[in-house]
Amino acid sequence: MSISTLSVRRRTLLQAGLALGASQAVGAPFVVRALGDEPVKIGMVNPLTGVLSALAQSEVDGAKYAEAEINKKGGILGRQVQLLVEDSANDVGTGVQKTRKLIDRDQVNAILGDVNSGIAYAMSQVTNEKKVFHIVPGGHTDPITGTNCKWNVFRVCNTTTMDAEAVTPELVKKFGKKWFFVTPDYAYGHTLQDAFVKALTKAGGSYEGDMLPINNTDFSATLIKAKAYKPNVLLNNMGGLTQINCMKQFTQFGMQNEMGLGGALFELESVKGCPPEAQTGWWTYEWWWNQPNVPEVVKFVADYRAATKNTPSARVWFGYVSMHTVRLAAEKAKSLDGPKLAQALEDMELPPDVALQPGKVIYRKGDHELMPNIFVGEVHPPKGNADDVFTASTLVPGEQAAGSVADTGCKMVEPS
Amino acid sequence: MSMAIASLGGRLPMQAGRRELALIAVWTALLTVPLWLPLLGGYTALAGRVLVFGLAAMGLNMLLGFTGVLSFGHAAYFGLGAYGAGLTLRYLVHSTPLAMLAGTLLGGLAGTLFGLLIVRRRGVYFAMCTIAFGQLWYYLAYSWNSFTGGFDGLRDFQREAINLGPFTLHIEDGGTVFYFFLLAIFAVAVAVMGVVLRSPFGRTLLAIRENERRARFLGIPVERHIWLSFSISCFFTALAGTLYALLNNFADPLTLHYSLSGYFVVMTVIGGMRTFWGPLLGAAVFVVLQDYISSMTVNWMSFVGATFMLVVLFFPRGLLGTLRRRVQV
Amino acid sequence: MTQLILFNVTNGLIIGAFYVLMALGLSLILNLSNVINFAHGNFLALGGYLAFTLSPTLGYWGALLVSPFLTALIGLAVERLMIRRIYNRDPVYSLLLTFGLAFVMQDAARYIWGPNGLPMGLPAVLAQPITSDLFFITYYRIFMVTVVIVAVVGLFAFLRYTRVGLRIRAGTFDLETVSTLGVNVRHLRTFNFALGCLLAGLSGVLAAGQIGLNPNMGDELLMPSFIAIIVGGVGSLIGTLFGGLLIGMAAALTTVVYPSASEAVIYAILMAVLLIRPRGLVGEEGMLS
Repeated sequence: MSISTLSVRRRTLLQAGLALGASQAVGAPFVVRALGDEPVKIGMVNPLTGVLSALAQSEVDGAKYAEAEINKKGGILGRQVQLLVEDSANDVGTGVQKTRKLIDRDQVNAILGDVNSGIAYAMSQVTNEKKVFHIVPGGHTDPITGTNCKWNVFRVCNTTTMDAEAVTPELVKKFGKKWFFVTPDYAYGHTLQDAFVKALTKAGGSYEGDMLPINNTDFSATLIKAKAYKPNVLLNNMGGLTQINCMKQFTQFGMQNEMGLGGALFELESVKGCPPEAQTGWWTYEWWWNQPNVPEVVKFVADYRAATKNTPSARVWFGYVSMHTVRLAAEKAKSLDGPKLAQALEDMELPPDVALQPGKVIYRKGDHELMPNIFVGEVHPPKGNADDVFTASTLVPGEQAAGSVADTGCKMVEPS
Repeated sequence: MSMAIASLGGRLPMQAGRRELALIAVWTALLTVPLWLPLLGGYTALAGRVLVFGLAAMGLNMLLGFTGVLSFGHAAYFGLGAYGAGLTLRYLVHSTPLAMLAGTLLGGLAGTLFGLLIVRRRGVYFAMCTIAFGQLWYYLAYSWNSFTGGFDGLRDFQREAINLGPFTLHIEDGGTVFYFFLLAIFAVAVAVMGVVLRSPFGRTLLAIRENERRARFLGIPVERHIWLSFSISCFFTALAGTLYALLNNFADPLTLHYSLSGYFVVMTVIGGMRTFWGPLLGAAVFVVLQDYISSMTVNWMSFVGATFMLVVLFFPRGLLGTLRRRVQV
Repeated sequence: MTQLILFNVTNGLIIGAFYVLMALGLSLILNLSNVINFAHGNFLALGGYLAFTLSPTLGYWGALLVSPFLTALIGLAVERLMIRRIYNRDPVYSLLLTFGLAFVMQDAARYIWGPNGLPMGLPAVLAQPITSDLFFITYYRIFMVTVVIVAVVGLFAFLRYTRVGLRIRAGTFDLETVSTLGVNVRHLRTFNFALGCLLAGLSGVLAAGQIGLNPNMGDELLMPSFIAIIVGGVGSLIGTLFGGLLIGMAAALTTVVYPSASEAVIYAILMAVLLIRPRGLVGEEGMLS
């Protein structure tokens, strides 16, 4: 074979390759298979490494469980579902990059994420730009369904306002109106404390508090101050591991004998990281597994335990609900188009086997926030079962605690 | 390849021909990225990230590879560039060029001033100070909530379209237009860097790297040169930072953290510390590796860390460095 | 008011003591081998996790005794296999090596023990305050300070009175001469690194009782240790001691008046030192410059 023939063949091959590449880059689908065989892809971006990894992993577990469940029952719109999970590494740049990867390269129909509210917000800018349906399972900062609400973004977990308004009446009733706050100095901490102050002031209470660095490990100076103030209850607004340390030091100093302890979130993953004497206080839970009066929950928990050998936490439920939400929206809209999914989801009520709690659980139209029940109750050392660390005393309807849409500051702009 | 050389008029000296070829190869690859990258399972935003990190690493390399001084805190200037650009876009004026200018100046000047403080130190002490200085800005960024957005980062800004008179550069859409914009800025920056490094000033830096004492005996004001090199490298890294803020429409404290500084050093070493294009190659390898592996396993940190360690132990010259050696032999 | 200040000064010394232990280990390794051990925080975490795993079988006290030595052993292995190869090279390589090592160790911790925080059980006798007035001084904190004091005194005594200690101190000044005097410098460096890791492991066990265990626990302590070393003076162990105590006190006292600045004040001290007295409080001119 002469050299020129070889180079001609090479050139042809190169040209063919370029053409193939160009066609893929342009985006024309290289249709070989029938559309029905192409799976529905959902992308999840979560900080699987870094300080939030425990919570992120729970959400992923819930989503994967839902994926298997949905596929067993026929998938979404007759197609199988494929969940693509990417690690945002608790870094905004990586989170944004992975979101673009999922949308540009993997052509996902929906995006879930992120536990880190800052990353969730940055992701929402990308998904909004590309008109992709976006659910935030567990990123708590208020502006996501408040001042920065977007037509394509929906959220499962509560706002700080909801949690604060739900637990304040209980704390005032049980302990009193003089409070001391221990709050982390960043957006989530600020909005949480502001929400509490608003609720407390309505009840005629007074307060003092300390704003501490996010990763603060030693609370002795603050607790010394708290003891001198003699409040009725100490509000532990810290998150993650710092919350655990604050609890431990609080009980080590014997302060539970002089004042109550409470706050908004004290998640199951964190409670299990505490020694028994620090498993105490009055808190809100966004979902709780132990609901013996709700048959769907009993079944769900039994099935989940059988499949994974773990008890589902609220974070697991977030992931689970997010996946089913995509399915429900798609079934109602009969399409996977972003704007249509968003429209279908507004004011949609979750069926009992997804809501997994009594009452009506709805995605509110005005701000796209899910309105579940907020479980208010007491954390205690395990009673028998290692996961039985919380007993709910009241269920506060989400809408009641959330306030009106106008209060959140959300002005929804519909897609063009 | 031989045809190409023949067409250039006979035999050329190996060095010049090779350098030209390298330049052509690099620029062809960069210019056609939107065509071939998706074929390999990539996406254009990934290339943008490679360019930005590559520029930052090349800026660092001026100091590290060409002057022989180790800074492990260059992310500080990168992050300052990002925040400078973001703050300008958010609070002052909706203009991308001005934002880039502000960010570059902020990072560059911070570096220049800091350099004055530590220029007499060397080795690990110098490195430790650079790390600590970087963390200072990290701490400032994540606690000054009202101004910088704190821990959650600076948001509510976006890259604005650039009005170039007869036509507008719509970079706010992201995608291919923005990629070529990044490439253009990268090209200009790299050209300037090349000119600086080939100038007598650049040659002096090499002399300082090779043997500082001898350079001092030759009457070269060593401290002044090191300070200038430090300062210039900070300006380039800060420019890269402004591009990063534009890429993400976001600036967050982790762009100031020492782990990012470490990544820049790693990119420089993987690619080849003492080569010009090495850091870009290192950035490409690092970004692609991290992107690819983190999609496959949660334990990507082990793989990435192990890669750093293997490179340090067995390939200290980096990719281009080893290649260059082989060719010379 | 005076009571509040007194409380916080005491508290600051307790916090500072902890920084000291961590920073001393880092400083030891830095001084002799010119290596910045980025993985020091991870050795700390390792010490804590090992104690957690061993305490069911050995009890708390047994675990406290054994895990620092196990950590030192692992440090020894790391030094022999990896760090030893790069001593004579540009410092950039040792930085990168320990940087990469930190990644691997953190991921390994997460892989082996899980991403969740783990509680470290303390013997009940330690987990109570000594009196109800001094409620914030639990027996555990006194215990921690005691252990730190014993370790620090032990370390200084070791360096002062034993032959190996003398060699380490001499090596900090001039390793080449020490080598020509017939000392096996390679063994010395290995031993020194292991000693540094021993201190890190001990810090880890103590920290675990205080703040619990998680894969990222070392990161937060690494930076204050750096700063303690720079503020005290690079190359001087006494300096590191003072540096650690100083920043511990500063952090505690700041929490009284302006809590959110309690981290900032450490950096403010750093900048002040770099501007006014770059060689550190106790450092010597020319050391490592």
